[in-house]
Amino acid sequence: MDLVKCINVNKSFGNKQILKNVNLTIPRGKIIGLLGKNGTGKTTLIKLINDLLTISSGEILINGEKIGINSKKIISYLPERTYLDKSMTIDQVIEYFQDFYDNFDTKKARKLLKDLSLDTTLKLAKMSKGMQEKVQLVLVMSRKADLYILDEPLGGVDPATRDYILDTILTNFNDGASVIISTHLIADIERILDEVIFIDNGQIILQSDTDLLRTKENSSIDDIFRRMFKC
Amino acid sequence: MNFEFDNNIPIYIQLVEQLKIFIISGKIQPGERLLSVRELALQTKVNPNTMQKALIELENLKLIYTERTNGKFVTTDRKLIDKYKKQYADELSNKYFLSMLSIGFDNKKAIEYLKSLGGNK
Repeated sequence: MDLVKCINVNKSFGNKQILKNVNLTIPRGKIIGLLGKNGTGKTTLIKLINDLLTISSGEILINGEKIGINSKKIISYLPERTYLDKSMTIDQVIEYFQDFYDNFDTKKARKLLKDLSLDTTLKLAKMSKGMQEKVQLVLVMSRKADLYILDEPLGGVDPATRDYILDTILTNFNDGASVIISTHLIADIERILDEVIFIDNGQIILQSDTDLLRTKENSSIDDIFRRMFKC
Repeated sequence: MNFEFDNNIPIYIQLVEQLKIFIISGKIQPGERLLSVRELALQTKVNPNTMQKALIELENLKLIYTERTNGKFVTTDRKLIDKYKKQYADELSNKYFLSMLSIGFDNKKAIEYLKSLGGNK
């Protein structure tokens, strides 16, 4: 059974149609790049899968079931913007996650944070943007999930932090779990992707194995993307 | 292991090439046990699935083999390793000759030129 299946998914805000007849399946055990320019529907699609928005028409199945309590249990989601209360300390946030998710691995989170040599009594507000991003990623990757959805995890961080984020993703996703990474920073990330999904203007333009696409087009995913979506 | 990747070429092909070089250069010795797929993927900073694909390819080339429960090992067939080494040396030499030809040295001149450098480097 596919991990995620979107069937004729449409989403409109008022008269504006954001997603048009999206059909796609997310297999297990893969890292998948959801790639598209700004404002093409990436975040909307992710929010639909996370039940933060409701579908206008169509259906999304997670493990063959409709979205609901069960799907929330198995999806670990890193939103584009933080939802954490920045007056909390790292210790408090860890407790918060522990209370919220029964698949949260506190030990793992503590270990990963220790590797960052962070003072866990520090308030989030006192930390740099890059550090906050790292802490959030650690929290999200410390859940034993079937699907990790990371919305723009590389936005606005320096190259060294990018490397840290990519490494953390690579080392910490469960065997058999999948990771969806939405981004427009393709060059930085394409090395770790099994599959890419190109989305433009609310429609899925292409879904392919990364190395197959490279062979076929004889160029990098970044170049292919730039050629396809030239402004 | 520090790998640089060219995003224009399938990553698993680059991994196969790099690992092949490690084996034919003796950086990984005949009979030596390889790290697990996950560890190798982590060291080279690639996706474990991609590393897996590369190792399958190396196994098809008979450069590595799997022992059921113990993991993957480099072949102990030195003749085979030498064969791949020669193949690689041929490729490199051809590249040299082609590049030299492009600046007007025929093969004979190219060889003489190499000799004139006389192992100073």
